Amino acid sequence: MTPTYDVVIIGGGIVGAACARECAFAGLRVAVVEADFAGGGATASGMGHIVVMDDSKPQFALTRYSQQLWRELAYELPPDVEYMPCGTIWVAADEQEMQEVRRKHDFYGVRRVPTEILDPRSLYEAEPHLRPGLLGALLVPEDLVIYAPCAARFFLRQAQARCCDLHMGRVTGIRDHGVVLQDGSVLRAGTVVNAAGTWAKELTPGLEMRPRKGHLVITDRYPGFVRHQLVELGYLKSAHTLTAESFAFNVQPRLTGQLLIGSSRQFGVEEKSVDNHIIAGMLARACEYLPELSRMSAIRCWTGFRAATPDKLPVIGKCPGHEHLYLATGHEGLGITTSLGTARLLLDQMLNRAPAIPLEPYLPGRVMETAHA
Amino acid sequence: MPDLVQMTINGVAVRIPRGSTVAAAVLLAGSSALRRSVSGELRGPLCGMGVCFECRVAIDGRRHVRSCQLLCREGMEVTIGG
Repeated sequence: MTPTYDVVIIGGGIVGAACARECAFAGLRVAVVEADFAGGGATASGMGHIVVMDDSKPQFALTRYSQQLWRELAYELPPDVEYMPCGTIWVAADEQEMQEVRRKHDFYGVRRVPTEILDPRSLYEAEPHLRPGLLGALLVPEDLVIYAPCAARFFLRQAQARCCDLHMGRVTGIRDHGVVLQDGSVLRAGTVVNAAGTWAKELTPGLEMRPRKGHLVITDRYPGFVRHQLVELGYLKSAHTLTAESFAFNVQPRLTGQLLIGSSRQFGVEEKSVDNHIIAGMLARACEYLPELSRMSAIRCWTGFRAATPDKLPVIGKCPGHEHLYLATGHEGLGITTSLGTARLLLDQMLNRAPAIPLEPYLPGRVMETAHA
Repeated sequence: MPDLVQMTINGVAVRIPRGSTVAAAVLLAGSSALRRSVSGELRGPLCGMGVCFECRVAIDGRRHVRSCQLLCREGMEVTIGG
């Protein structure tokens, strides 16, 4: 029996949507299966910071590659995506963090990512509301901010305008010939892509991935209060250690004038509810850096779950032992940024095209329990 | 004579009975619109009990304060229309 689709993608978050768009652009017949609403999971929970990171060389390669793909879309994205090229300022509070500013500056410089070291004077000129006493910062002007759920829906619309169907439903099983939905129906496809974020593991057992909970707060509108995404360099100490719970100062201006305030990371918590002690810790940290925040109104807070792999790299490529199954998940806190690069690399593998960056660091084998060994 | 407090609304000095809310003060001063919505519509106090957030004003430089939840104080500077 002929499959209905060339590719069926499980998950209509930003990663699944970007993959669907890439498939449709490549002329493939594609379907996306979304269990809730497209872009409503981790895609809607995150900050939408398109950021180059250098925790590892593969992380840098994928974030930079993806960021350039976002920048190419700047004039194509609809207004509701709120594309804002505001740049990131990595703030240094002590001499150790200033050393990190210089290290990052050199690392990015060699790799042709423009950055600028800010002395205290230029830092306070750029962001006058930061607390006094900071030693300096690194400005990364090509980082930017988007509203990710609308980007996901835009990618799906682009795919649908070519050759993509969106199916609402929950996938309960992956087969060689397609996927089985909760109502028992089968979507036949030559290739299945599991892009179900933190749920990917339920459909592909053996994937080493844990949900890492995050909280965010959004304020009322205070236009112009901050102009760049502001992140403490202490973020590197907190976000990248694998301790149970951590906070970092991370404040983002939105086009609306609102401020998004983060960030927190927690392992081992499964429930979605907002935890007041996490919110309190996060806001206290943010107020240390921007004291006037304490006089502002927050209007909403929420949580979300990042799909975290042990090496903090996403899982992109063919699932070992399954000829027809590809994975595109495990993006932790960088899925908005790396969605476009992920989609490109996934299709490069499917179509045997030469990738722009090496694929190997993201291949699934490294985070799969070797059930087939 | 009622006990009055002196304050300003958009820089204009007004005298308001002590114990009034800021929302009441603005209404007494002759304006029923306190601000504009994001799309430019005029907005004023609706619920009067701190729930609807329609009556937000700036008070002493602090933006987005619910005027129905705050009593007038001597010397208070209220900015409406933001």
